[in-house]
Amino acid sequence: MSRFGEFTRRAAVIAAAAAVLAGCGRGGAKEEVLHIYNWSDYIDPAIVSDFTKETGIKVVYDTFDSQEVMETKLLTGGTGYDLVVPANNSVPRLIQAGVLQKLDKAQLSNFGNLWPDLMARMDPFDPGAQYTAPYMWGTIGIGYNVDAVKQRLPGVAIDSWDVVFRPENIAKLKDCGVYMLDASEDMFTVALAAQGKNPNSLAEADYAGATDMLLSIRPFVRKFHSSEYINALANGDICLAVGFSGDVFQAKARADEAGGKVKIDYVIPREGTQVYFDVFAIPADAPNPTAALKFMNYMLRPEVAAKASNYVQFANANQKALDKVDPEIRDNPNIYPTPEVFSRLFVATSKDPKLVREINRQWTRVVTGR
Amino acid sequence: MKRKPGERLAAIAPYLWLGLFFLFPFVLVLKLSLSDQALAMPPYAPQIDWSAGLAGIKRFLDALDFETYARLKSDDLYLVAYLSSLRFAAIGTILCLLVGYPIAHGMARCAPGRRNLLLLAVILPFWTSFLIRVYAWVAILKPEGLLNMALEAVGLPGLSLLNTPVSVYIGLVYCYLPFMVLPIYAVLERQDHSLLEAAADLGSPPWKTFWQVTFPLSLPGVAAGALLCFIPMVGEFVVPDLLGGAQTLMIGKTVWTEFFSNRDWPSASAVAVVLLLTLVIPIVLYQRQQAKALETGQ
Repeated sequence: MSRFGEFTRRAAVIAAAAAVLAGCGRGGAKEEVLHIYNWSDYIDPAIVSDFTKETGIKVVYDTFDSQEVMETKLLTGGTGYDLVVPANNSVPRLIQAGVLQKLDKAQLSNFGNLWPDLMARMDPFDPGAQYTAPYMWGTIGIGYNVDAVKQRLPGVAIDSWDVVFRPENIAKLKDCGVYMLDASEDMFTVALAAQGKNPNSLAEADYAGATDMLLSIRPFVRKFHSSEYINALANGDICLAVGFSGDVFQAKARADEAGGKVKIDYVIPREGTQVYFDVFAIPADAPNPTAALKFMNYMLRPEVAAKASNYVQFANANQKALDKVDPEIRDNPNIYPTPEVFSRLFVATSKDPKLVREINRQWTRVVTGR
Repeated sequence: MKRKPGERLAAIAPYLWLGLFFLFPFVLVLKLSLSDQALAMPPYAPQIDWSAGLAGIKRFLDALDFETYARLKSDDLYLVAYLSSLRFAAIGTILCLLVGYPIAHGMARCAPGRRNLLLLAVILPFWTSFLIRVYAWVAILKPEGLLNMALEAVGLPGLSLLNTPVSVYIGLVYCYLPFMVLPIYAVLERQDHSLLEAAADLGSPPWKTFWQVTFPLSLPGVAAGALLCFIPMVGEFVVPDLLGGAQTLMIGKTVWTEFFSNRDWPSASAVAVVLLLTLVIPIVLYQRQQAKALETGQ
């Protein structure tokens, strides 16, 4: 065992040396640094490097793929992040817990570019937009492999939640792979909408009913996961995912780049679905809020917002950017819904901890069968 | 008896270590498990009001309760998750033993020069990140992955292993195998070869010698390896999360849900405290058995 001991000792020395070096790198530099924490695959890397070129502010960019992880980090405090991107329904909780700081609007000269219609929908979550500025918005819908689904469901129009929430339909897709978001609150809003119930119901009985429906289709779901489906759809590993619009369009873009053997499409079901807003916000304990405001203002420029949309295939919240967005994105009703479709979209409200616990308990039943 | 200061320090160092890095964090977790969920930063109450002095501490202690533990008892989800984790860990440990023992045995019988090479081979995977190694298994086991490509090449039907309990076992055995091999190897390497020669001289066939001499003498290594595998396997999160499917219910995921989805740190802490107590039992049993073995002079 002596060799083994020697090994571990040497490894420990190397690790310690590495830690010291890493520490130097962080402490020694004098340049201004901005720490951003955003959803994975949610920005054009060129935007970040352009910002650094223009301002000299170095950007350290971290990502998450689950709202819960981001929220928990913020609630713990001391994250070191200057700019975070929560979704609308977590904003009231974060404001109430004192996690966010008010925006200094004097430093956000481009704030007026934002779309008043969207701001009105965001108002219940952040009255007067005191704490947040919307970045992108999207919907939860059905992403699918066109050929694989058509072959298994001939004659079924892929425009309804019935495709995923009726066992007779989804059973035929089991062999080619079905994914669903592992996001309890989001999934229950669409399940309730599919049943024609209030998607933000406060009645526990409604959630029990939705759970029964979800349990009936659970055997045909390969996995509940909130980001793996992007690659899985693009590679043709799965043929259907209930997911976020922009993520599905990214899968589509990747599949097209790979030679177009896999054809992906996205649809907003006609029963309606959840629209969500991802918003920029600054944590109360941000080390460099000034740089965060600079970045926010940079992102609110019409040409930058358009560039962001063209890359991530999400609709942005910037009205002045609309004519700079690629026509194929702007004219796609599944990205920029028509007013008629828009009227069928709803936002998810922030629920009290007791109901959240009940929803999560029901979701655990759905996912594990317990 | 007079002791040098260095000796005394050496004697209390393990206790200091345990106190600082085990007992203190455990007390924090225990305190948290008796608190209540709150919409604040950090998201639990009560907080100790140090400025109020003793009265503040008393108010804090009065606000603690056992509500979270009552919930653990009332919902059978937790019990099922514990039992499922224990089953995964038990089967995973047995599989590790079945795979690891022959490896350790083979290594111990090699020439000393080759032993070091083999030892290196066992340790080598640790040089790559744990997470990346588990992701590599995703690439191997996925429907269009390396395994199915190989099966297809030789004309066999593909398997869909990813996101099933089988792939969780594969991941567990792969990740924890060195922890089984190394302690068994350490024991076998030190074994006196003349014992085997004596057995052979007295006419014992090799398999009988193995079961009556080699294996019983290697039991301390087996026990150490089993503990080193079993305990972390029970709380394993990464392997079931990446390789497991919807039906893979393990306690690590339950803690995750409590902590992140419910934002209920007290409940998450209570689940962790109960898990710790469940794991302390086998260790205590092992210690007691060791002590008994020492007493009887075995």
